[in-house]
Amino acid sequence: MFRTQINQLLTEPACPHNHHQHGDQKNRSCRQQAKPGAAQGGCAFDGASITLVPITDAAHLVHGPIACAGNSWGTRGSGSSGPLLFRTGFTTDLTEQDIIFGGEKRLYRAIQEIAERYRPAAIFVYCTCVPALTGEDVVAVCQAAREKVGLPVIPVMAPGFVGGKNLGNRLAGEALLEYVIGTGEPPAVGRFAINLIGEYNIAGELWDVLPLFERLGIQVLAKITGDARYREITYAHRAHLNLVICAKALLNVARKMQERYGIPYIEGSFYGLGEMNRCLRQVAQHFQDPDLSARVEALIADETQRLEQDLAPYRAKLQGKRVVLYTGGVKSWSVIAAAQDLGMRVVASSTRKSTAEDKARIQQLLGDEGVLIEGGGAQELLEVIRRTRADLLIAGGRNQYTALKAGIPFLDINQERHHGYAGYRGLVTLARELTHALYSPVWTHLRQPAPWEEDLRYGSDTST
Amino acid sequence: MARIQVPERAVAINPLKLSPPLGAALAFLGIKGALPLLHGSQGCTAFAKVMLVRHFREAIPLATTALTEVSTILGGEDNIRQSLETLLAKAQPQLIGLCSTALAETRGEDIAGILRQLHLPIPVIYACAPDFGGSLSDGYSQAVEAIIRELPQPGPLLADQVTVLAGPDLTPGEVADVKALIQAFGLTPIVIPDLSTSLDGHWANGYHSVTTGGTSLAELRAAGRSAHVLVIGQSLRRAAEQWRERFQVPYTLVPGVTGLAASDDLVRCLMAWSGQSVPALYRQQRRQLLDAMLDTHFYLGGKRVALALEPNQLFVMGHFLASMGMEIQAAVSPTRADWLANLPCETVIVGDLSDLQQHAPGADVLISNCRAAPIAQALGLPLLRMGLPIWDRLGYHLRSYVGYRGTAQLLFDLSNLLLETPHHP
Repeated sequence: MFRTQINQLLTEPACPHNHHQHGDQKNRSCRQQAKPGAAQGGCAFDGASITLVPITDAAHLVHGPIACAGNSWGTRGSGSSGPLLFRTGFTTDLTEQDIIFGGEKRLYRAIQEIAERYRPAAIFVYCTCVPALTGEDVVAVCQAAREKVGLPVIPVMAPGFVGGKNLGNRLAGEALLEYVIGTGEPPAVGRFAINLIGEYNIAGELWDVLPLFERLGIQVLAKITGDARYREITYAHRAHLNLVICAKALLNVARKMQERYGIPYIEGSFYGLGEMNRCLRQVAQHFQDPDLSARVEALIADETQRLEQDLAPYRAKLQGKRVVLYTGGVKSWSVIAAAQDLGMRVVASSTRKSTAEDKARIQQLLGDEGVLIEGGGAQELLEVIRRTRADLLIAGGRNQYTALKAGIPFLDINQERHHGYAGYRGLVTLARELTHALYSPVWTHLRQPAPWEEDLRYGSDTST
Repeated sequence: MARIQVPERAVAINPLKLSPPLGAALAFLGIKGALPLLHGSQGCTAFAKVMLVRHFREAIPLATTALTEVSTILGGEDNIRQSLETLLAKAQPQLIGLCSTALAETRGEDIAGILRQLHLPIPVIYACAPDFGGSLSDGYSQAVEAIIRELPQPGPLLADQVTVLAGPDLTPGEVADVKALIQAFGLTPIVIPDLSTSLDGHWANGYHSVTTGGTSLAELRAAGRSAHVLVIGQSLRRAAEQWRERFQVPYTLVPGVTGLAASDDLVRCLMAWSGQSVPALYRQQRRQLLDAMLDTHFYLGGKRVALALEPNQLFVMGHFLASMGMEIQAAVSPTRADWLANLPCETVIVGDLSDLQQHAPGADVLISNCRAAPIAQALGLPLLRMGLPIWDRLGYHLRSYVGYRGTAQLLFDLSNLLLETPHHP
């Protein structure tokens, strides 16, 4: 059954990766086999954690040996406005004995212990490679435990070896569809109720966006899953519209909610002035309400004016600076738009995880000279930076030290970063951080020769 | 004598334990031109890499054999072969450290056998480090044992050469201090592994896909001719025994080099090996340490400390701080080691950070890695960060708590933490 599910996810019809004219119809980026010796990215379990761990009042129990939880708990940058239980690392920490005799009993007891000690809103159980390999029936254990403890116990079947992060995101989405969405009822639903899908509140950036919706009278019913409480996801099926943020990987959730509950979806991005405006206008357009549209236009006018003032000190410094962008999926075009809003020139961008549609959009945004980076590791990336004479690299934390060692200014865009870049406020933060990175005096210091490397003429000058 | 207690629990909460493959990779990173390769799913490598990158704030060379569901079931031999081909062509390493994982070992592959059949132009050292086989220290020991099984060559002994087996708890800055101390006696140390020149965070223009520092292969081969062997850390005892059997050279094992007594022991040892007197610099540093002990005893005496650390470090810190008149309120280790029973406290808990949280109330200060920060905050207690990971502070890779000078620094840091913590009514 599990195999069938994965095959279905790999052919997700809403994902433009699958709109090929030829070849087999499986999702190219999800299906891409990791290359031995060359693979760089995280696994499906990593992807599932990215999607689900932001649910703040749930316990997240990793069923496997120590590496999966031990090396990852507490590393994720999602912010919470309340409960902190999601930051607690729970694992069955399987021993050799457990693996030989089966870890199902330990898992069952672990769920009971968590339920008794913490009474969480729900327990998500992540099945990792080893129990998947030895054939444990994690779904059945969760089912039995759910009846015993009287709490939602949700199996997340995304062992690392089935694929990369994108597939893991999608498998996590399936768990939400199968066990969570549609199991609760909201206290009240306003006239304009939407869900946000694929926004994880990294560095609290959701908090720069939510107030905008509030000002417009748009109710964000469920956040899937940034700063979410478990309960709000149970009643996500009562929203009028799904807004999918920078996340092709969760399109399965949006599409299936459309099928099951008749909720339409639109895709958007919160990065950059143009994209943020477009996003709000799209939502207003969906509701076909003249008052709402007027409020959106007023808000955009207001925010744009304020933004221009706030950005003024940075504009001149960023104008024309050459940027290489190395990130995944939709972000590769949405961040281009943000950088261009600031007057910067994006000279190259990665398209590793992008869909054909994303790629076309990237090429259009970059112009003919823009370089599309198809793949490769740190060395290839540095080669592109050299060739394009870039001033700055925007990428994930893992490439931070690659860039710094090569003497290239760097800005972190991925999930461990410390700053939120979403919305109008976020764009100002982005401009400020970019300016700091580019104009830090450290680059001058690095170019100073050491005393033993100085030109001999200076030495003779002082001696004569 | 302490009682070793293992709480009866099915779930680990806020684990202190780190995976053995991570430890094995760390050991290989102390060899020059090395590239550790984890034989597991791509996530095994990605998680370990992120952990090390964030802790050391360095680009960390670490590759994966990228096992998939199918290749795990059918056997990962092709993955190993392909990875090695790719890495040899792309990264030009001088050594590859192949570390197994829970996934590979659960399937039960004959990795050593696979490697024997391949004709490889460089040493590929296999460390058996399944995730279910202990913590970081265990994987680290496996890698050190694998290195000394294969690389050092026997030969006529060199009277002034010292092989140092350095434990997993020493920071790059601490390894550097130990080396400097040995050199000050006119001796030549060869450290296995030597993080002091590989993970010390040095600016070297350009990007490198293998380690740019550490002990070179030539040094590793020559290490078999050392007349003296210094082993730092009790978790390396099996490696030490292996060395003695292979080279017929006795070893001196010290749990650590933190504290007056521990530093004196090492200095005594170096005096005997070198026949030289103690350099003036270190005589002065010993006097500085005594003065630091006097200055800080007001703040440390009778204070209660709760520790959650890998076993070596737990043992060393527990002993030294007790010798300063502190009381051990709680001692938590991620794995069991019989010698932990020699700690001067009632109980040693083999557990996780939830055990620290449960037993810390009543303590004056906590010592653990940065993941204990929320606990310290909740309890309103200061935390001295130690071990791995530490990603919310800078410069800890160069911090040294070894030798006379380092011990004085530890006393100052601990006292300062206590001084700046407000007293509660």
